[in-house]
Amino acid sequence: MDFVGKRKIFYALSLIILLISVISLFAQGLNFGIDFKGGTLLQVKFEKAGVTNEDVRATLKGFGLEKSSLQKSESSFIIKTVELDKEKRGEVLKSLEDNHGKFELLRSENVGPVIGDELKQVGIIALVVAFILQIIYITIRFEFRFGVAAIIALILDALVTIGFFSLFQYEVDLTFVAALLTIIGFSINDTIVIFDRIRENLKTARKGDLAELVNNSIKQNLVRTLNTSFTVAVMLVALLVIGGETTYNFALAMLVGVLSGVYTSVFVASSLWYDFVPLINGKKKIVKL
Amino acid sequence: MRWEKIFALIIITALVIGGAFWSVDPIQDNLNLGLDLKGGVMVRLQAQGSATDRDIAQVIEIMRTRVDSLGVTEPVIQREGSDRILIEIPGIEDPESAIDLIGKTALLEFKTMDGEVILTGKDLVEAQEAKDPQSGQAYVGLKFDAEGTKKFADTTSRLVSEYPDKGETRSEGRHIAISLDGQMIQNPYVSEAIPSGEASISGGFETLEDARSIALLLRSGALPVPVEIIENRSIGPTLGADSITKSTQAGIWGLAIVMAFMLLFYRIPGIIADLSLVLYATLLLGILVALNATLTLPGIAGFILSVGMCLDANILIYERLKEEIRNGKSLRAAIDAGFNRAFITILDSNITTVLAAAVLFFLGSGPIKGFAVTLTIGILCSMFTAITFTRFMLKAFVDSGLVKNTKLYGA
Repeated sequence: MDFVGKRKIFYALSLIILLISVISLFAQGLNFGIDFKGGTLLQVKFEKAGVTNEDVRATLKGFGLEKSSLQKSESSFIIKTVELDKEKRGEVLKSLEDNHGKFELLRSENVGPVIGDELKQVGIIALVVAFILQIIYITIRFEFRFGVAAIIALILDALVTIGFFSLFQYEVDLTFVAALLTIIGFSINDTIVIFDRIRENLKTARKGDLAELVNNSIKQNLVRTLNTSFTVAVMLVALLVIGGETTYNFALAMLVGVLSGVYTSVFVASSLWYDFVPLINGKKKIVKL
Repeated sequence: MRWEKIFALIIITALVIGGAFWSVDPIQDNLNLGLDLKGGVMVRLQAQGSATDRDIAQVIEIMRTRVDSLGVTEPVIQREGSDRILIEIPGIEDPESAIDLIGKTALLEFKTMDGEVILTGKDLVEAQEAKDPQSGQAYVGLKFDAEGTKKFADTTSRLVSEYPDKGETRSEGRHIAISLDGQMIQNPYVSEAIPSGEASISGGFETLEDARSIALLLRSGALPVPVEIIENRSIGPTLGADSITKSTQAGIWGLAIVMAFMLLFYRIPGIIADLSLVLYATLLLGILVALNATLTLPGIAGFILSVGMCLDANILIYERLKEEIRNGKSLRAAIDAGFNRAFITILDSNITTVLAAAVLFFLGSGPIKGFAVTLTIGILCSMFTAITFTRFMLKAFVDSGLVKNTKLYGA
């Protein structure tokens, strides 16, 4: 398969996905959970079976909270509201008990707005620091052009994941930042393995077509890239399907990032490097680095 | 056939599998679980206004007393940044009342009638109830520190001179209001200037009990700065146990599929990869126990994820191995070449992941830190097992001469 020769098609595909992500981000933004925007989360499990979403919402209406997010998970309800103080929380819980019988309070989380703003800041700083560290490391181990190509691929992965969460309005919580950073750390693996092979092949190559060398390097690593991503994806799907709702969003973000990582490292990163070569060396011939 | 190699292979395989089975119980018993897994309460407090180191230390002490009164084991109370305090109380029956207790962030203030704050809780050294032996009247004795003594002396003498007694009617301005969280609990009249730093509030109490409850309020409410709960989370024990069950199941299913895949795709090296996975998991959990690290739910996710990464090292090596065999190398030469070439790649690709995990560790908090720790240790373990164990086993297997057909090495 001619990865480098058809790179324009792959670039275009990436750009389209990127465009969709950016438009969605501007149009509807992200669905921030209480970790980021502050608020109260109550998860209750009623002893009595048959309590419905409508029942709970009716009770919430008594407090003017009918617009809160309400989610039924197995036999428990997750209620997310604006931040409620201790007294209000107590009243809501009491009213739930009065109307729908005894329940077990599985989870109660209350986050002030200060924390959320800080978390956003720290999250952005963490992403930027991670990007910078990666580019420095790759520049030291390889060269600057490899670094730039890898980072562009990484930014694509991060944006696709963020865009996916924006497009389908999945909730962005604390673990999302962790997922993004792991994607950055993980997806760069694939790219590096291929770059590593390009570098190795350059050492032994005679004069010839650079595009073919890059293609071969990708091909030689294709099975490895697919197998590794497959094993990671299997673990993530297991977490997604069986792991329960607390790790669901983390696993989903990771899965999107890992799949995007396969695409960018096979179809985008090496081709980008190929395009960057003449910026310093002038011609697309095999050059000793 | 080289029997000593075969013997070594059998022994090592038995050790790895036996070790894994043997370590299940000790790991389960000794692994620290985070609040999100075992249930408990987390409260984050923020000091309002400007707080000195001493103020924060004092708040921590007061919080420790309050939390200890709940009779729980191993609460964590620690300072965070310059003006925050994190309190974690594991395994608590009634989280809301614990939050109430912590949230009772009473600020003690002594104010004059025109609203000027003259003293706060940090100036108060002692508040003790007592009974006057002659009149039988209950009172609360107060004692201030050096700074408090001076401020109290200045204010009382000023009040006495500014608002002189007019016969029977007491001047309103000579009262000092003692308030807790803005609520006035006492409003004593200053009968004379008090330079000694020891004062007593008398007259308002029917019994010694009344005096005691006020003294207690004054003592425990002596927070030097007001604090506010900016975040609290409580997880019931059922939800935590549920999370453990579900994520363990996810891990087992994922592992089973991945191991079967390795076996089918790589044959004999696949078996070795599966064995190395068992060793890897035992090592990782063992190290977590040895480091006294805390396993959180994101930590389990990190563990499950790093299983995939552990296999990456094996896959890299085996793919190289296949290539070298296809290039006409002998099995043994191919293994050496495969490992040497793959090693640099494994190193490069793992360091980038560790870099990302390090960022998470230094900037993240709580559960996210747990994730970063598990991921980092996981990557180190996976590199170790791939470079030492996988290599040793593969060479020993080839040397044993059991299987010579390169097809069974995945080529």
